[in-house]
Amino acid sequence: MISVDDTVKFHFDVDGENFSSAGEASIIMKKSLRQLGFPQNVIRRVTIAMYEGEINMVIHANGGQADVEISPDEIKIVLEDSGPGIADVDLAMQEGYSTAKDNIRALGFGAGMGLPNMKKYTDSMEIETEIGVGTKITMTVKT
Amino acid sequence: MDIYKHSVSLDIEKCKGCTNCLKRCPTEAIRIRDGHAVIDPERCIDCGECIRVCPYKAKKASYDRLDVLNEYKYKVALPAPSLYGQFDNLDDVDIVLQGLLDMGFDEVYEVAKAAELVSSYTRKYLKNPDIPKPVISSACPAIVRIIHLRFPFLCKNIMPILPPVEIAGMEARRRALEHHPELKPEDICICFISPCPAKVSYVKNERENWKSNIDAVVSIRDVYFELIERMTRCESPTISTEAGMIGIGWASTGGESSAIFNDRYLAADGIENVINVLEQIENSDMPDLEFIELNACNGGCVGGAMTIANPYIAKARLQSLKRYLQVSPNFVMADEEIPQECFSEDEIKPNSAVTLLSDNRLEAMRMMAQIQELQDMLPKLDCGFCGAPSCNAFAEDVVKGEAKLEECIPLMRNLNRSAQQDGGNDEAGSIGGKT
Repeated sequence: MISVDDTVKFHFDVDGENFSSAGEASIIMKKSLRQLGFPQNVIRRVTIAMYEGEINMVIHANGGQADVEISPDEIKIVLEDSGPGIADVDLAMQEGYSTAKDNIRALGFGAGMGLPNMKKYTDSMEIETEIGVGTKITMTVKT
Repeated sequence: MDIYKHSVSLDIEKCKGCTNCLKRCPTEAIRIRDGHAVIDPERCIDCGECIRVCPYKAKKASYDRLDVLNEYKYKVALPAPSLYGQFDNLDDVDIVLQGLLDMGFDEVYEVAKAAELVSSYTRKYLKNPDIPKPVISSACPAIVRIIHLRFPFLCKNIMPILPPVEIAGMEARRRALEHHPELKPEDICICFISPCPAKVSYVKNERENWKSNIDAVVSIRDVYFELIERMTRCESPTISTEAGMIGIGWASTGGESSAIFNDRYLAADGIENVINVLEQIENSDMPDLEFIELNACNGGCVGGAMTIANPYIAKARLQSLKRYLQVSPNFVMADEEIPQECFSEDEIKPNSAVTLLSDNRLEAMRMMAQIQELQDMLPKLDCGFCGAPSCNAFAEDVVKGEAKLEECIPLMRNLNRSAQQDGGNDEAGSIGGKT
């Protein structure tokens, strides 16, 4: 038996070059959380938050890294990229605000709901960002 | 979980233990054990994909033989609309129906007729503001089953109305008893002519408080050869179709959706495509849709594993067959309610037991950590020699105690080589999960 502070970790390289694979990590996480027997609403919240984050990294930052740490009472998602950074976090958190380009919008993304949804579906969300350096978002979902 | 009766089975004599079905099974239900395929009944959705890809015809669908009909006094045929698309140079559905009577059926009740009623009920059901949208069609049993197994969150979106085949069975039985009050219920055989094994399973599985109205299910393939000779001799049919364009349209993908008279629908077919669509709906990454039609087979029911014709050729034939028919002779009036008996009594319950590693969360986490460790070690060739469809599936099998690590031939070969180079250091014994 493992002790309570034991965790299962997942690491994903989110490929910024390949738009068609965007969303892959959240689908793998969904399958794993299901195998671990987490309740459906937890699985849904984690996968939506992670999906939005993955898409953001692909659209804005040419990809990045996603790390998920599962412990029995909490799931922590850390998304880190070396993209342009977010100039005004408060503005970016507003529903409908987006800096996505037209070609991305044509695919149905860039509705300005990414960050707001990530906040909405998680229990905590912290954004660390620096212009020209990158962005790190840490989210947790209590199980 | 209740024991589910499957209609896809294996002929061990014919199976060579190759990897064709292993690789193509959409739910990873197949493993090769002791030189032949083994189907996990909990995961199998009866889609028939393995029947299509097996080069040795070792996978087969089980259904009733035509001689089962001899046991009954009064026989009613329930032809699936896909049956009409099987014949070359056919210009009138009535000839198929007459052929069924000439084969010895006493009456025909077209599933296409019931399909039009279901379309009418669907339009009514979609007007209810309190239902979870998008509504997912309940017509394809393989889809309903895969949602139970892999997309539990979407169970509530499945339309709670019985599929056309079941409503056809119910109506056919009622009509037979009305026309022939002298018959006892056990004298009547309601016989569905099915394009696919999934519908056989649907009928053959009795649920709690529920038994299908259908007594026998035969395959389009078996009926085809009986029909074709009678149809070529048929000059003037005495029976006319009671279905229209909509009912016959149900045979191929898009037909059911177009009948909701609303363009906010999505229609997809082919099990891989369908799984992708379900993944995206579950991520709520979908435009605002009212209705989703999903068919496990390419092209829809015309692509069923028990049909004869190529699905796209069958579809083209159906387009010309339905051209001069009424749009939809069967419907309910605006002020009529959906009959209570047409609602599915089945409470669609998610079944997560299939995916769960262990009931104990900590134990499941420990197993997952082991699976990850193994996945890193495996060659990632997905060669199938071990009997699992992929290295990832193999790692899970090993940790669950269902396979042994030594069965990974490439890994053993590599370990052997490095052992020889290092002067004999057998690492293989010290790694892996339960053996």
